[in-house]
Amino acid sequence: MQNSQGSSILKKLFGLREASLALIIIVFAALLSFMAPGFLSTYNINTTLIGLSMDGILAVGMTLVLVVGGIDLSVGSVMAFANVLAGMTMVTLGLNIWVAVLVSIALSVLIGFSISQFITKIHLSPFITTLSMMSIGRGMAYIITKGSPVSIGNISQTFDFIGGGKTFGIPNPGLILIVLVIVMDFLMRNSKTFRKIYYVGSNEEAAKFSGINVNKIKIMVYILCSTLAGFAGILSLARFGVATPTAGTGAELRAIAGAVIGGASLTGGEGTVLGAFLGIILVGLVNNALVLLGVSVYWQQLVVGLVLLSAVIIDMKVHSNK
Amino acid sequence: MSKLLEMHGISKSFYGTQALKDVDIKIEPGEIQAVCGENGAGKSTLMNIMTGILQPDSGEIVFEGQTLSDLNPRTAQEKGISIVHQELSLCPEVSVAENIFMGRVPEKRRGMVNFKQMRQEAEKVLNRLNLEIDVKKPVGKLGISEQQMVEIAKALSINAKILILDEPTSSLTDTESQILFENLMRLKKEGIAIFFISHRLTEIFQVCDSYTVLRDGVHVGNGKIEAVDPDDIVRMMVGRELDQAYPDKGTEVGKNILKVKNISRKDEFENISFEVNEKEIIGLFGLIGAGRSETMRTVFGINQPDSGKIELFNEDITANNTRKNIDQGLVYISEDRKEQGLFLDMDLNANVVAADLEQVSENNLVKKRKVKKIGENFVEIMNTKYASLDQPVRSLSGGNQQKVLLAKWLAVEPRILILDEPTRGIDVGTKFEIHTKLRELANDGHGVMFISSELPEILGLSDRILVMHQGRLVGELDAETATEEEIMMYASGRKNDFKN
Repeated sequence: MQNSQGSSILKKLFGLREASLALIIIVFAALLSFMAPGFLSTYNINTTLIGLSMDGILAVGMTLVLVVGGIDLSVGSVMAFANVLAGMTMVTLGLNIWVAVLVSIALSVLIGFSISQFITKIHLSPFITTLSMMSIGRGMAYIITKGSPVSIGNISQTFDFIGGGKTFGIPNPGLILIVLVIVMDFLMRNSKTFRKIYYVGSNEEAAKFSGINVNKIKIMVYILCSTLAGFAGILSLARFGVATPTAGTGAELRAIAGAVIGGASLTGGEGTVLGAFLGIILVGLVNNALVLLGVSVYWQQLVVGLVLLSAVIIDMKVHSNK
Repeated sequence: MSKLLEMHGISKSFYGTQALKDVDIKIEPGEIQAVCGENGAGKSTLMNIMTGILQPDSGEIVFEGQTLSDLNPRTAQEKGISIVHQELSLCPEVSVAENIFMGRVPEKRRGMVNFKQMRQEAEKVLNRLNLEIDVKKPVGKLGISEQQMVEIAKALSINAKILILDEPTSSLTDTESQILFENLMRLKKEGIAIFFISHRLTEIFQVCDSYTVLRDGVHVGNGKIEAVDPDDIVRMMVGRELDQAYPDKGTEVGKNILKVKNISRKDEFENISFEVNEKEIIGLFGLIGAGRSETMRTVFGINQPDSGKIELFNEDITANNTRKNIDQGLVYISEDRKEQGLFLDMDLNANVVAADLEQVSENNLVKKRKVKKIGENFVEIMNTKYASLDQPVRSLSGGNQQKVLLAKWLAVEPRILILDEPTRGIDVGTKFEIHTKLRELANDGHGVMFISSELPEILGLSDRILVMHQGRLVGELDAETATEEEIMMYASGRKNDFKN
């Protein structure tokens, strides 16, 4: 019996997904700084951070959806749609930049709302609904731009600053992601409303019988996820100054990978925003390492796939030992 | 007659817990033997060893005079030891014949399925059970009792010599159970030995020839069923004298709490009226399909009635959703604790506070300190046995899971509790604890209403009994004077006090 006390503490620490993930990231970064001297340069760290900030924002929304027991394959497409909609309305309709941004965000909310209606009212599966929306969103992005990227030029200094500037020496997109992660992680752990996401994902029927408005929670989660995707699209527009219909291609898979590496379960009820953030950082680091070590970019997707597989296998082993 | 199977000195432990200790069990051809014991007594472990799913730490298994070592599920099947689990394991979309021959489909040349042979053989097996089912039909289209027969047919088709039935009647109506028993008699005549696991003593005394009782992993008794009476079995199972099977009845009836007036819902129930009072326990009886759960779910606000009125403390709550009803003190505890009650992968505390996050929150933030306090408190009130409050509810035994479910609903401080089959599949000891708790709640001034399919429980626990038949309320009886026969007259539709 005394023995089990000690091993339970060990198990708890090891079970803390975030702690072990952070450790892996630190060890990995330390190794990398020896092998590739350029790694610790401000330039490299900043570009890596900017590179993963859009994926990170998508992963935050994806975590909510995974915890509620769903999936959202449309985030990359919604990101592109919001990106080109804002860009094109500025350029071709001459719309005020902030009005254009608001319209884009509003339409992202609407997409999230319609996804949630298909799922809660018509009872379509989240997979099929968002797979369709993935195609629809991307299609709309191509239709709006007729397929080619459009530069928005230097429309507004503030807008440029959001995407390209720094605050306290940290690139703004990275800072936005960090603030978002802190806020959402706190809410997911402590807010009465957000805790209900875990109950619904863990057992939808039981949640219903416990007086939790299951549909309301699902609608909230899908709207939040799409809205964050739209926001990532705007941020990408501010960063690159180009409305591009291919923005966020494959991002849904990276977001899912990040969330799952961070401990989210595809069957719902489990997952944290902090974990997803760390998962995305790990994926970003691996990609960065490949670049720094001079490995062809074509290897990136393959390696990310391997990292995801290993993370899931390790997780399964840890869980089955409980 | 020679023994078909003998198991000697079987022991098995898991992570330091002794699940079975030196257990002996034996059976002859054509014998139906009851295996009795509370939840956690080791019945499942013993059956899992018999079917090769688990290996014993020590002990000997002798089958037809031959010692079997390293029994695995495959060799157990080949020897003719088959089990039908409580939860059926059929593929609903696949045909009856293919289900029966799952994994052993007869083949023609080049790996093609020989459907003709498979269907003929499936029909042959079903004939042994006196069943006429279209073997081409998907299993999911059959009723539960027919599905169970298909499962038994599947076991028989492997030339079973020993058939293990784990709680076979838990989801059957009385009539369906009788058909099952007739079939067991038929198999008995063929010389098949049957281990019959059930919590229902009346059934055991109806169909079994002999019994074995386990308690805490130890063999505490066996013998011919004629030599004992149900009380003896219960005494062996619990290890002590149960002074009485049910708590004392209520002595007075308090103020009215709930009034249900002429509610109807299409295809579910019609024109139902009743009242629930403080300090009173009402038992609602009916056969499966009588509309009991449907009615109670509507009262709770999961569905809204098409017509009629529901009043709680003289306030109209007909249009209320479940949230509002819970907040006003009306709760419904569903019958399926795994599907509709508990969050199995979440810990005890999280489960207990699930129905009332409000009371553990400040400024919309959930306070861990409060969650812990409420969790500990109500888990304690229900006398739940657990290792840690952080353990997932999945890891508790069925009886303790049921206690957590009750704790969750007591935590919202209800005024009236509606419980759907509150003790289904639960051992005698825990059952008594839950009954006592419900009586305490009633004595404290709560209104309690429960649905049950067990007549002794309805008679033993209730003060007043309501009976439903085909979506209508047909009888109201005083539990002091009612008899099982009388209740069945109402439930089967032969008697109706409320013709309207």
